[in-house]
This record gives sequence, structure tokens and C-alpha cells, in this order.
Amino acid sequence: MPIPMKSQMTMIDTDKTSRLSRFLDNDVVWSFTHSPMAMIAGLATLFFFSVALFAPIIAPFNPFDPAQVMLWDGKLPPAWAAGGQSQYILGTDDQGRDLLSTMLYGGRLSILVGLAAVLLGMVLGTTLGVISGFAGGLTDVVIMRIADVQLTIPGILTAIMINGFGRAFLPIEYHNQFAIYFVIIAIGLSDWPQFARVTRGATMVERNKEYVQAARVIGLPSWLIILRHVLPNVMRSVIVLSTLSFAIAIISEATLSFLGQGIPSTTPSLGTLIRVGNEYLFSGLWWIAFFPSLVLVLLVFSVNLLGDKLRDILDPKLR
Amino acid sequence: MQKNVISMLAVMAVAGTAISAGTAVSAETLRWSSSGDALTFDPHSEVDASTRAINGIMYERLITRDPSLNLVPGLATSWEPIEGENAWLLKLRKGVTFHEGQDFNAQDVVFSITRTQAPTSAYIKLMSSIASVEVINDYEVKLITTDPNPILPAQLTSIMIMDSDWAEENGVVEPQNFTTKEETYAVRHANGTGPFKLVSRAPDEQTIMARNEDWWGWSDHSGNIDTIEFRPIANAATRVASLLSGELDFVLDPPLQDIQRIKGAEGLKIETVPEVRTIFFGMKQSAEPLKSSNITDVNPFADVRVRLAVNHALDLAAIQRVVMDGNSFPTGMLTSPSVFGSTPELDAPYGYDPEKSKALMAEAGYADGFSVQLDCPNDRYLNDEKICQAAVAMLARIGINVTLEATPKNIHFTKVNDKDTDFFLIGWGVPTLDSQYPMEYLLEAGGRANAAEYDNSQVNDLIGEIRKEMNPETRLDLIHQAWQIARDEAPYAPVHHQVISWAMVSDLDLPISADNTPRFEFAVKNAN
Amino acid sequence: MRYLFGRLMQVGLVMIIVSFVSFSMFNFVGDPLSSLLPEDATAADADRMREALGLNDTVMTQYGRFMTNAVQGNFGISYRLKQPVTELIASRLPATLELVAVSAVIAITFGVTAGVFCGIRPKSWLSKTILSSSLAGVSLPTFVIGIALIYIFAVTLQWLPSSGRGGTVDLGGWKTSLLTVDGWRSILLPAITLSLFQTTMILRLVRAEMLEVMRADFIKFARARGLTDRAINFGHALRNTLVPVTTVIGMNIGGLIAFSVITETVFQWPGTGLMFIQAVGFVDIPVMAAYLLFVAGLFVLISLTVDLLYFLIDPRIRLS
Repeated sequence: MPIPMKSQMTMIDTDKTSRLSRFLDNDVVWSFTHSPMAMIAGLATLFFFSVALFAPIIAPFNPFDPAQVMLWDGKLPPAWAAGGQSQYILGTDDQGRDLLSTMLYGGRLSILVGLAAVLLGMVLGTTLGVISGFAGGLTDVVIMRIADVQLTIPGILTAIMINGFGRAFLPIEYHNQFAIYFVIIAIGLSDWPQFARVTRGATMVERNKEYVQAARVIGLPSWLIILRHVLPNVMRSVIVLSTLSFAIAIISEATLSFLGQGIPSTTPSLGTLIRVGNEYLFSGLWWIAFFPSLVLVLLVFSVNLLGDKLRDILDPKLR
Repeated sequence: MQKNVISMLAVMAVAGTAISAGTAVSAETLRWSSSGDALTFDPHSEVDASTRAINGIMYERLITRDPSLNLVPGLATSWEPIEGENAWLLKLRKGVTFHEGQDFNAQDVVFSITRTQAPTSAYIKLMSSIASVEVINDYEVKLITTDPNPILPAQLTSIMIMDSDWAEENGVVEPQNFTTKEETYAVRHANGTGPFKLVSRAPDEQTIMARNEDWWGWSDHSGNIDTIEFRPIANAATRVASLLSGELDFVLDPPLQDIQRIKGAEGLKIETVPEVRTIFFGMKQSAEPLKSSNITDVNPFADVRVRLAVNHALDLAAIQRVVMDGNSFPTGMLTSPSVFGSTPELDAPYGYDPEKSKALMAEAGYADGFSVQLDCPNDRYLNDEKICQAAVAMLARIGINVTLEATPKNIHFTKVNDKDTDFFLIGWGVPTLDSQYPMEYLLEAGGRANAAEYDNSQVNDLIGEIRKEMNPETRLDLIHQAWQIARDEAPYAPVHHQVISWAMVSDLDLPISADNTPRFEFAVKNAN
Repeated sequence: MRYLFGRLMQVGLVMIIVSFVSFSMFNFVGDPLSSLLPEDATAADADRMREALGLNDTVMTQYGRFMTNAVQGNFGISYRLKQPVTELIASRLPATLELVAVSAVIAITFGVTAGVFCGIRPKSWLSKTILSSSLAGVSLPTFVIGIALIYIFAVTLQWLPSSGRGGTVDLGGWKTSLLTVDGWRSILLPAITLSLFQTTMILRLVRAEMLEVMRADFIKFARARGLTDRAINFGHALRNTLVPVTTVIGMNIGGLIAFSVITETVFQWPGTGLMFIQAVGFVDIPVMAAYLLFVAGLFVLISLTVDLLYFLIDPRIRLS
């Protein structure tokens, strides 16, 4: 008995590596490198990520350290405009923070919140989807009904609601302190159903395949089957969905912050900066709103484009 | 198909131009806006400035102020203290009717003053000196005070008069009380005696008032406005955009950063006047440790050196120049120069001196600084949250690590009223234009807004004397003494006096006043 | 029939869950007593109040009472505006519905027109331009579009107002801004802002459907029969795309309501969305709770209607 078992295990192992390698096989790499749009989108996204990652090194100032903020330098235009100063390339905001540095840190915050939210939604959605698909029966019905209902409500509204109500449960003086967690949870909880749907479908297909049946027969625990057989199969869809969700998450964060329900202005994200800049738009201080808006739109556009192209390459049936 | 799209766009464009050509507003309509709406029309249940300003258009006071803030007759034609008694005699105006037709007489005065003394009234403190109101005849009343009260006429400028029968009929004998969980009749209905009467009310949206042709004052007020349309717009940028695009005639509170732009715009003008409102930080100085600080055994603010260090750390000139765009007067005092008792010496700022601050901090034993939470309103004063943000940066440089908590005004003022804050920003206006008012609220132990919990027995005694002293010169001397002690002990860190700026169309003539209250009975549109 | 029954059960379940969330907000967020009692109240006052409000009853009794009140449209008084919440929502609703309606018309008109064009002439440069700019449209956050439009049309060109509803006419309690010139001027910018995202969604969907249909056999037969392009494009192709498009448009109305929260904030449009955002800032719980129930009800209604439409249009569902 132990001997066939062992051979089974090795078979599964090779199966896994082959799946992994198929996942990253030349087809995908080839398609990606031969689509100029995909390359551009990928590089642009990569650029935004590295800038966010290295913001503390690149940024000329640390705008989140109040001791470095010089009020006298507030509201300066970009360096090339009349009255601009060379150390503030894109000008300063109303508090005297270097706009470029603030955007670097703000973009970092936006990306961080977006990633955390998508991760939350992905883990939650994938887990529930797998459970739903694997268990079937009542569990499946309950989970998928909830997902269906939530899918009829646009994610942004769900996020605004969850964020708003989450705040209501906490005394208002803690709002700023916990704002970032509220935002992450709100956005994460608003986009799990899509992940659940895709994973559930794939799980149900896999569940009925012979090798899974076989694995069950030999008594492999369900979680191991899921981990080794089901998840690799849904990976492609999940990656594409995550990319598209990430774009939406960034917009959601910016929107919440713009509405004044998100990241506070002491540590502004891109959306917070646009909200502050919007107050000065009419008085000629266009740069405070303009540059963050530009970065936000470019960031979201790159990620969207990347998601679009990834979908074409990885998972055409999602279209 | 392409043709269809284009023709559709053409239709849209034509429609757009046709629409934009078709707006003409009748000359006597005045459309105005400010950030906040009146919370209620009940004239005695809120002290909020927007509520007072809007109610003041429909309701009147016994004694009122002209645009230069001199006391002038309102529903009372004369007032004088009665020799040998703690009382004032008021003669009332005859022939005045409320908007719904009831006659105004002494009963309404008794009723309104009693109403402001109800537990649910927001004016209890202000009216606490009145022991009783005695009717002499229909048009004469005697206000009897518990002690001599030299500033009663000034206090009366805050009290609006309601009709007693109307209040009884509609079940609003006491100011709105939320324990009933019901909306009272007075919240959306108003029956005053003022120059304009209510036509329609949609809270947070639009309030329309019409000229009260029967108002007693039209003979000596030049106003020519027939209809007032008030539309609150919370968003500052939108408010200005509406003015610039010609949808409004008057904006009570244009954001400071847009003033230059409005000045430059054709057909618009800016009127300014120093406001009787001072902005300052308060530091809780009670003996127990601060709840938001990392110093858990003592209260750093209890040490006068720390409070002085805070004062010297604030670069008031930078706040004036950058945050306020020049529209403020930095100060070292809690009340404005037009208030009785202010002097240039007391008004002078403490002076920006970070080195001195650091030395004071070290001397007090806080060379490494400490942390504290700053509570700040974000929708009450001009750029309130930005002032706090600037202060956070300035205090960081002397080692005080401040966490900023900016909240809407109702939540902020709950904290201040409950004295549940370690470090806070508030502003104080003085409707009476007399130092006694800010002293009672801010310096006297137990004062309603004394969230700093400042308690100096000498100051408390001085305030007690100021309240009763009928001789103006002796009284002024007492006031100066009290202010000087407050300056030396620095329970607060004053920032500046606000400047009022009103934005309006050039052909509107509306006198600006330091209490930030528009007096539409003086408004003349199309003056030229 | 079983399908319909299942759907109705689902609706009931959703509303019960949402109402419970809404109820817990009412009763457990903060201490309702602290916002109702005067500052100098004694412990005895608090007890009396607790009794009067029924806070000593069991949770289920309280929930039952809450639901009874809610069904009768009674959500209490707004903390901020001191008015019955139901009345507040009712007075704000016309503004939101009109904005959504005008946006829907704009989105459908432009979305379908451009989508059909891109579907019929997929190779034309205009199609390609429209298609690539539609991805950009999806990437533009609503509030950025709103700010940009205000800056261009209200501030720089001064053609259109930037906020509010302009003049309204009262039609028996329904205040409409669609009967005044001023009202139309005011609604244009917010409606365009709100419709942009949905326009791109409809455009992409119609285009995809058209491309699919144009490849179908019956179109080839029609062509073989010598029908004109016009008859083929509109008589056959477009008609066949209508079923999926109609259902998606139904769902998109929901999207419009969701994004109206943002659009109303940017343009200070006095609708329910702006009311909700202001309530959140103020922790005005009665308004928040009522709005939650209201929106949930609205969405359930929309999805139910769409399902029913589908049920009526597509016989396959009826059979299964």
C-alpha cells in the first residue's frame, strides 16, 4: 500500500510542476512580449510600482514628517512657472509640502491601499468560491446568493456604504487614525464576489475530473486537493481579475478620499490631494489638483490596459 | 450613423446656447449663499452663527445693532437703568405686528425672555442675570436682574422675540427639545416681526423670504429687495463658481484663496471688515495627566513654561501670509480690538521665537518633547483645519508631537462643552462687544467654553467685580488687570482675529458689519 | 414559477438582513441616550429615558418595533436637520431620480449610437478612436471628470452653472427642475458626468453584440436576399442585440444611482446621495440607516424587474 501511494504523490508533484511551468510557459511570455500595448502597460505599471516602492529614497522631502514642512513655502507654483522655486519641481501645496514628494508618498499610499484591498477581496473571494464549489449543497447556495446580491450593487457604492457604516460604529475621534483600515476593508469586501464566482466555476469543473476523484478516493485531504489541483487552474482568471480589481480599488480609494471619507489630509493619498487641490482650482493654484489627477488617471489607465491585455492573453474566455 | 451623431451634437449645442440666453432675474431678487444653513428656525434653541444670521432676517430683537454695531432701537424704542434698583426699564414700539398678524406687546417680551430661560434654551447662560420680567403696561416692561447688570442692553441684542399666542397655538412654548423625538412646529415655520417673512423652506436646499411690507422700519431703511433666495452650498469651490457664473448675488463666506480672483472678476466686488472673532488654541491645564499624551504622570500644559513655549512656537505671520492669504490680524489676546477692554499692548502677539520655545521646554523638563492630540473643527472657522495643520508642523519643530483630529463642528463643540479635550482650537466672537463676555466663557473657572480648565482665583474675583461694577472707568481698569494676568499665564495660544470678506455683485449695496451678519433691510440692488 | 418564487424568497432574505444591519446601527452605534439627553441629565433621567425609548426590551422586541415603524415609513428625526427622515428622503428623491433619468437617456443615446457605429464599421478610424478612448473613459474617476467639466464650462467659459438644480417647479410635491430653462442648464454638467462611465459600458456591449450578430447566419442570408445595408443593420442586427442590451441597461440604472452619490457631491446636487455623504460626515445615524434600507430596496427592485423582463423575453429561462 505505501508504495503505490508514493508513486501517486510523485505523479501529483510532476503534475504540479508541469502546471506551474505551463502557467508561465513560453506562450504567455511570447504573447506578452509581442504585444506592444501589453508591454507598454506592463512597463508603466512597473514604473508606478517601483516609484511607489522607492518613494522614501526618490522623494526630495518627507511630507509626512511635520517638522520638515515649511509653511512659508506654501502655495508655490511649479519650478518653471513665475514665482516657482527650483527645489520644488512641481510646486508646493497649501501647507508648504513639496508636491512631488507628497504625490510620491500619496501614490505609494494609494497603491498600498489598492493592493491590500485587492488581496483581501481575492483571498476572501477565492476561499469562499472554492468552498462553495467544492462543498456544493446548501453552503454553495448561501454563499453564491450573497455574492449574486452583492454583484447587483456597484462596488463603489458598497465600499462607500461599508466605509460609512464602519465609521459610524467607531467614535469619530478615531476616524482618521483608522481611516486607512476602513478603506481597505470596505474596498476589499466590495469586490470579493467576482473572485468567488470565477473560482467556484473552475472548482466545480475540476471537482468532477477523474484525477480529483482519484485523489479523493485515495484519501487526500480536501485542502490538499484544492491547493494542488484546483487553485492552479483558476490562477489565470484570478490574476486577470486582480489586475482589473486593482484599478477599480485605486479609483475607489481616491473617490472615498475625495468625498472626505478616506485618507486624512495629514497623510494625503492621491484622492485626498485632489480634494484639497479642488478647493484651490478656482484661485489659480491649478497644480495642486492637476498633477495628482494626472498621476491617478495614468496609473489607473496603465493598470486597466494591463488587465485588458492580460485578459486577452491569459484568459480569453473571461471576455 | 456618423451623421446622426453629429446632428445630435448640433442639437445639443443649439439647445445649450438657447438655454444660456434665456435667464433674466427680476431686479429685486437677491440670491445669496453661505456654507451653512440655519439648523432650525426656532430662535432660541441654537447659538450657531448661521442659524442666528438667518433667523435674524425674520425675527427681531428688542435692542439691535446698526451695521457699525452701535446699539439702536429694535422692538424697544428706549431703555434705561432704574435708579436704586437692579432693573432696566424698556419702552416698546407700538403698532408692530407679527407676520401672521398678531400684535406685538409686553406679553410677547415676557414670553420670549422666559422662553430663553427654559432648560432647553441655548441662551440660558446669557439670560441668567434676569430674575423676572414685570409688565408695567402693554408697551412698557421692567427687567429685574439679580445683581446690577451694566451690559444687559448688549445681551438683549441676542434675544429674538416670538409671539406668545402663536407659540402656544403651535405647541412651541419651550425651545425644541429632542427628548420628544419629534420635530416641533417652530423648526420650519417662523413668525417674527422682521423686514422679511418666510415663503418656503427646504432645509439644506433653498429658503425663500419675501419683503414684509408692513415692517415698521421701511420709512428709514433704504432697502429695495423684494425676495431673498438663500441656497446653502457647503463646498467652497462650488460656492465661488456659482458666484462667478452669475447664479448668486452675494456670498457671505467666500474662501480666502479666491478673494483675489473675485476682485479681478468683472461685475463682482469684495467688501472686508475686521471681525469680532478671535481664533486661538486652548491647552487643558488641570492637575491630572492628559489622556492623549505619552507623559502619563503629570500634565505638561500645567506648566506655564510649556504654554509660553507653545505661544512662541507659532509663526503667526506665516499663518497670516500663507494660510489666510493675508486676511487676518495676528494677536496675543482672546478678543478683538473693537471689544471694550482691548489695548494695543494686550493685543500684541507673543512673538515667534522657536529658540526661546525650545529653551522653555527644556527648562520645564521636556527637552525631548511630548505627544498630545489636537482637536480641531473642520467646518467652523476660516481655514480652521489648515491652521491646525500648520500648527502641527510648527510644534513638531519644538518637539511637541501633535496628532491632529479634525471633526465637524457639532462633534468638536461637544468635546469642548464637555471639556473632553487636551488641546483644541476654537474661536470666540463677542456679541456684547464687552470683555466680560469672553472672560465669563473662557477665563472664569467653570466657564462654559473654558475647556482649558483655567482656574485663577484672582481672575475669578476680578470677573465677579466686573459683572457688577457700574462705573465704566473702574470697570475698564478691572478688565485690564484680568487680561494682563491671562496674558502672563498664557492659558491659551491666540492666533488671529478673523477678517470678514463678503463677495457680491457690483450693483449690490449691502453694508458689511463686524458681526458677519447681513442686514438685508439695508440692501439696495441696481443702485446705479 | 419556482424560479420566481425563489427570487422572491431571496428578495425577502436580503431585505431582512439589510434591515437588521440598519436596526443595529440605530440601537448599538454609540449610545442613543447621549445624543438625546441634555448635558446635565442625572442617572435617573437616563433610566426614565431608557424606559421611554424601550431600550430595556429584548433585542427581538426592539427589532420588531423598528420594522413596524420602518414599514410605516418612520425612521425618526435626523440628528443634523431635525426633521423626519422619511420626509427628508422624499424631498430629496426627485432630484436624484431626475438626474439619473437624464443621465440614462444620455448614456443610452450616445452609447447605442456609437456602439452600433463601431459594430458596423469596426475598421473605420473613428471606430478605433471611439473604442480606445472608451478605455480611457473607464479609467477616469467620476469626480475628476466632474471637476474638469466645472473648470471648463462653469469657470472658464461660464456657459453652465456649476452647482444646484436651478429653478424648480412644484408638481404636487414633486419638485422638478426639468420644466425650467435654468433647471436644464443646471442638470447638463452633472448628467453628462454621471453618464460618461455608463456610456462607455453600453458602447462596448452594443459593439460586441453587433459584431457577434453581424457574423450570424441570418445576416448572411439577409445579405444574400439582397436587402439594403440599412435594413440589415437596423431591421435585423440591432433588433437582435436589444435583448441583452436592455437587461444590461436595467442593471446600469443601478450603477447610475451608485455613482450619483459622487456626482451629487461634486456638483452639490441636492439629492439623496449628497444627503447620505453629509450624514456620514456627521454620523447622522437615522439618515444613514434609512438611506441604507432605501438603496437596498431600490436595488432589489431593479434586479427583480430585470429578472422578470428576462423571464418574459427569453423563453429558455421559462422552460428550465
